[in-house]
Amino acid sequence: MFVTVLFALLFYVATAILLVGLGVRIAGYARAPAPLKIPTTPAPTTRGGVVLRMGTEVFLFNSLFKANKWIWLFGIVFHVALALVLLRHLRYFLDPVPTWVVMIQPFGLYAAFAMVLGLAGLWVRRIFVERIRYISSPSDHLMLALLLGIALTGLSMTYLWHTDITAVKLFFTGLMRFEFNPLPLQPMLLLHLLLVAGLMIIFPFSKLLHAPGVFFSPTRNQVDNPREKRHVTKVKWMTASERPATGGDK
Amino acid sequence: MAKFETPEIKDETVDIPALQTGVMSHSKPYVSQDKFQAPLGFPGELVDNWKDVAINKLGELLETNRALQVFMDSCVKCGACTDKCHYFLGTSDPRNMPVARQDLLRGVYRRYFTLPGKYFPKLVGATDLTEEVLGEWYSYFHQCSECRRCSVYCPYGIDTAEITMATRDIMNAVGVGQKYSNEIIGKVFKIGNNLGLPQPALADTLLGLEEDVKDETGVDVRYPLDEKGAEVLLVTPSADFFAEPHVDGLIGYGKVFHAAGISWTLSSHASEAANFGLFIGSAENMKKIALRIREAALDLGVKRIIFGECGHAWRVAYSYLNTLAGPFDFLDPRYPVPQHICEFTYDLIQRRALTLDKSANDHRRVTFHDSCNVARASRMGDMPGGQFVIPREIIKAVCNHYYDMAPDTIGEATFCCGGGGGLLTDDLMELRVKGALPRMSALKSVVEEHGVTHMAAICAICKSQFAKVLPYYGFEMDQIVSVHQLVSDAIVLDAKQ
Repeated sequence: MFVTVLFALLFYVATAILLVGLGVRIAGYARAPAPLKIPTTPAPTTRGGVVLRMGTEVFLFNSLFKANKWIWLFGIVFHVALALVLLRHLRYFLDPVPTWVVMIQPFGLYAAFAMVLGLAGLWVRRIFVERIRYISSPSDHLMLALLLGIALTGLSMTYLWHTDITAVKLFFTGLMRFEFNPLPLQPMLLLHLLLVAGLMIIFPFSKLLHAPGVFFSPTRNQVDNPREKRHVTKVKWMTASERPATGGDK
Repeated sequence: MAKFETPEIKDETVDIPALQTGVMSHSKPYVSQDKFQAPLGFPGELVDNWKDVAINKLGELLETNRALQVFMDSCVKCGACTDKCHYFLGTSDPRNMPVARQDLLRGVYRRYFTLPGKYFPKLVGATDLTEEVLGEWYSYFHQCSECRRCSVYCPYGIDTAEITMATRDIMNAVGVGQKYSNEIIGKVFKIGNNLGLPQPALADTLLGLEEDVKDETGVDVRYPLDEKGAEVLLVTPSADFFAEPHVDGLIGYGKVFHAAGISWTLSSHASEAANFGLFIGSAENMKKIALRIREAALDLGVKRIIFGECGHAWRVAYSYLNTLAGPFDFLDPRYPVPQHICEFTYDLIQRRALTLDKSANDHRRVTFHDSCNVARASRMGDMPGGQFVIPREIIKAVCNHYYDMAPDTIGEATFCCGGGGGLLTDDLMELRVKGALPRMSALKSVVEEHGVTHMAAICAICKSQFAKVLPYYGFEMDQIVSVHQLVSDAIVLDAKQ
């Protein structure tokens, strides 16, 4: 019971930090003005065009594709796999399990391998490509280790050391109603959950902020129409003399 | 200045070098002095509590510039940008990889503005702000030409130019400014242009141009200054008034206006298109310079504003002028404010309003260098990418022999000339020569493959930079030409007479 309570509290804390932390960062991005028009051109000239541009960035990693095919390949394999794995995990939180979650289950299982492959590829490049090694901090390696750890402990439960998945589901659905149901004391499961909670906690303080960040990036989300529509924000140097001097030398 | 070797052009158009750590750490432009700092509102020397001032300034910029906040947080060190900067490709110094340059500021941001940086600095690459760090800032943030090439390739659109501008703004706030840019901005405030040419000198130069064109063509083409009631105010970089090949472009603009029968004027008050406030990341100074154009337009009672060939100027004009000095509701609403001279000329060509003799340029085989800030920070015409199409269509309309350079070196992937963003100064000659390497490699390919003789550009900085740097790579300095110089040579004036 001690472990159950410990993990229950851990996940409450981790969830709170994740949500509040992300909320604060996102509010910061949203509150800060973008005082000048700085889309990287050629850029769309309409809102709809910007939605399309953002879509190709978020779903296809368009800019990264232009930059480097290897990083793009490993990056997109990892992210798509992660998305499938996350969606597959909804079955441990939702009752009844929606049909579409049931349908992606087989893909989600394979995706775990793809996730490991993508992460391994990125890590190999980080270690062996001189330029990327140069720009890497310890935290960049640790982040990959953490994600890889999550993937490998998860895989081990699917194929090597099975866990009582029904009990796990009862534990998590219980948490959502503030009930503590016993968590199976299986080392791989506990390690898996520990790493996941760790990831949730560091999310709002780390480079994982790229996930909300991309949507707020002015070089990608601004419409290229500065001549047609005057872009004005309430930033001090703009408002200080908002009525410009009229005519002639001073 | 230390001697340096001109890099060797390799077979690959874009050759990625092995890292040579710190080989450019000695590169620093002359530091500004009190007399150049004061007119811009900056302290004249390093202030006593400079660390506090710098951190406060960074905090203020984070709160007032969403881009900076997002860019500081979002980098995942994926490495996509590491081989994209011309200064890295030309110098091999890893600090010139865009992400490494950004990290000079990001490390300080993490240390003072994020939790992990406060408690685990080593783990996340956070650094204390020290004099050594300030020195690295001064060196490497003056090895970025704010060309935005890296921002094209970043999956989050992180633009190193924004980070360079912010850091230069912080450095100015603590009293460590760059002499070249700040002295020039002072000249604009005092006299009206970067070169410090007063009204009488401008008038004299323009009169000389009228005589030259009369001698050459027998036609009275006018180059008017401060003429009230003209239809168009032309704002052009002051280098156009006398530097080569810039002035040949200015002669071309005059001929185009003459052929179109549209009255125009230059202004001595706004005799500068370039806005160096952009380079130093100072919105206040950028706005002050931009307002001169509004004042001139009102004073002269013009109906349209057109900009001459100038890269960063066109960025500020196209993207910022409306914000900084608008609204321009007193101008003729039928035309965009402002217009680029290439848009103006292209429109005339399309309407067949110009008589052009292409054979006049038959001795030239031409390629076109897309200037970085026109390519990645502006537009021409009404469709995205018009900034690539319109200048090329103009060249093709006046030249029989046109050849593009390799696709990964033009358009949105274009390389900076090596002298942009406030680096066009003799105290940075080594950086300028080395930074030109990717463009010189691409040029050499089309010279060998297609016998290209001339490279045309629409930026005063590009033209000055190439005129200086071409000889280092075995080319002639006059192989760089203005686009409107080609127009000028092909245009047939008063053909109907």
